[in-house]
Amino acid sequence: MHMTMPRVLQLAVTLLTAAFLIVPAIQSVLAGLTVNYFRGISSGLTLKWLGQVWELYAGSIALSMWLAVTCLAVTLVIGVPAAYALAKSPGRMSRVLEEFISLPLAVPGLALALALLQLYGSMQGFRTSWLFILVGHVLYTLPFMVRSVLAVLMAMDLRSLEESAATLGASSWTRFRTVVVPNAMPGILAGALTVVTLSIGEFNLTWMLHTPYLKTLPVGLADSYASMRLEIASAYTLVFFVMIVPLLMAMQWATDRAQRITR
Amino acid sequence: MTLTITNASKTYPDGTRALRPTSLTVGPGEILSLLGPSGCGKTTLLRIIAGLERPDPGSEVRFGDEDVTRLAVERRNVGMVFQSYALFPNMSVCANIGYGLKVRKVPAAELTRRVDEVLALCRLEDHAERPVTALSGGQRQRVALARAVAPRPRILLLDEPLSALDAALRDSLRDELAAMLRQFDITAVFVTHDQSEALAIADRIAVMSDGVMQQIGKPEELYRSPASAFVARFIGNAMPLPGRMEPGRLVLKGGVLPVPEAAGRSDVYVRAEDIHLDEDGPLQGTLETVSFSGGHYRLGIRDVVEDTLFATHPGRQAPAPGDRVRLRISPDDLVFLPQSGHMPE
Repeated sequence: MHMTMPRVLQLAVTLLTAAFLIVPAIQSVLAGLTVNYFRGISSGLTLKWLGQVWELYAGSIALSMWLAVTCLAVTLVIGVPAAYALAKSPGRMSRVLEEFISLPLAVPGLALALALLQLYGSMQGFRTSWLFILVGHVLYTLPFMVRSVLAVLMAMDLRSLEESAATLGASSWTRFRTVVVPNAMPGILAGALTVVTLSIGEFNLTWMLHTPYLKTLPVGLADSYASMRLEIASAYTLVFFVMIVPLLMAMQWATDRAQRITR
Repeated sequence: MTLTITNASKTYPDGTRALRPTSLTVGPGEILSLLGPSGCGKTTLLRIIAGLERPDPGSEVRFGDEDVTRLAVERRNVGMVFQSYALFPNMSVCANIGYGLKVRKVPAAELTRRVDEVLALCRLEDHAERPVTALSGGQRQRVALARAVAPRPRILLLDEPLSALDAALRDSLRDELAAMLRQFDITAVFVTHDQSEALAIADRIAVMSDGVMQQIGKPEELYRSPASAFVARFIGNAMPLPGRMEPGRLVLKGGVLPVPEAAGRSDVYVRAEDIHLDEDGPLQGTLETVSFSGGHYRLGIRDVVEDTLFATHPGRQAPAPGDRVRLRISPDDLVFLPQSGHMPE
């Protein structure tokens, strides 16, 4: 089989780019599994570092999970009705409001955290509780939920659907529960996975808001890079991968599913 | 159930008067069509009956003896078929049809029985478990109708139920819809801009324009004795015959037409199907256009009146454009309307 020159070139560039991206990741994963990083793989493979990560940072991992779940709950409770309200009143005010909700996307996380610290930093109980970090995460992830749900709601004939449900005897709550939410599900699902992954990976804001007793996964990662042996930091990356990759795959799956429903 | 509307009107916040005070009674089991061009207020009136639009103060809507003017839409017990059908895409055909019964908390066994009954009535048994997104336009329309009638509504409302279908389908579904509506034996109000739909389906037609009800009556009545030029033009496309009225005759550009003595001073209209080619006819004109439309030819004739006059010609052959033709119009087929005042000589 002969390959033409452009095909060869294309393949080479693709492989090089892929290698450029994946080699450091593989190296990092391997570093987390080798006995002595400076001597290389020849020193043997071990799960010791993973064990140590678990010992040192199990709390961080649990906190991150807990934050992601509560953050998702809050964005669902606030975001879905907010998107519904925005979709129902297509006036200029709601467009302005939509932009306003999206503002945290444009403002750097550090600035948001600073603002939160300035206002609430002196409230001792709140400042040192995990709720303080949750507020930051909700602020940062809410626009993703609202936009995702809003896009789906705007794509369907919400008004006619609701009106027909109303003529059939459904109260506004029943309409929301049986017609609006099920039909917005693709958007809710996509929004939920975005929120969860963003919350788990969020660093900027969390780093500003955290206390020594409240470290999330990424903050712990930074901490281990700064203060631990390289092997432990690398093992930490491995833990992070193991957690985040299935989530990303789930997100992909949900998006595919969402597209199938809309069609 | 009798539907009585008294002085219903609708003014939007910006001052637009979508509907001028309108009164109307629809008898039990009667099918009334609201017919008019877009923006004439017919959909507004339908939405007021449904409870989806709040009418101006002083309006009254009664279902039988009950005043429902201030009753919320979900408690009015109306069935409505929307122009877009608005089927719930997250539900199967069955679930769509059963929705109204389910939100009314009808017991499961009863619900299944009623859904099956309506499925059979609307010939949808084979599609019961399919998602509505997999249905054709005609099937969707039947699901929308089935969903609206399943909870046994007091009044059935249909908003342009055929306009979302393509033309070929529309004609066959029109008769099907008419048959199904008769079968349900339910008071129905049905909005359309298509006169042929209204003529085919309705017991009575209310013609509307600019938010005002122009005339209401049986289809034949509206066709044969329209009350205004608008109704005459809108139903059956009547064309004006502007000329000089003399006792017993109407003097036109292309000849003199005998009219009944009683006609007096009135505007005269005629429909294309009532103009006949006749070598001994009293009117003369020049054939301008000839178009073949299956069962008949449509002839455009000039010089009989100022505008082009159209005639339908059922023969197997038609004269050629440019030919001089003679026309006959029976005095019985002329439509006389009170003079509008303005009349070109």
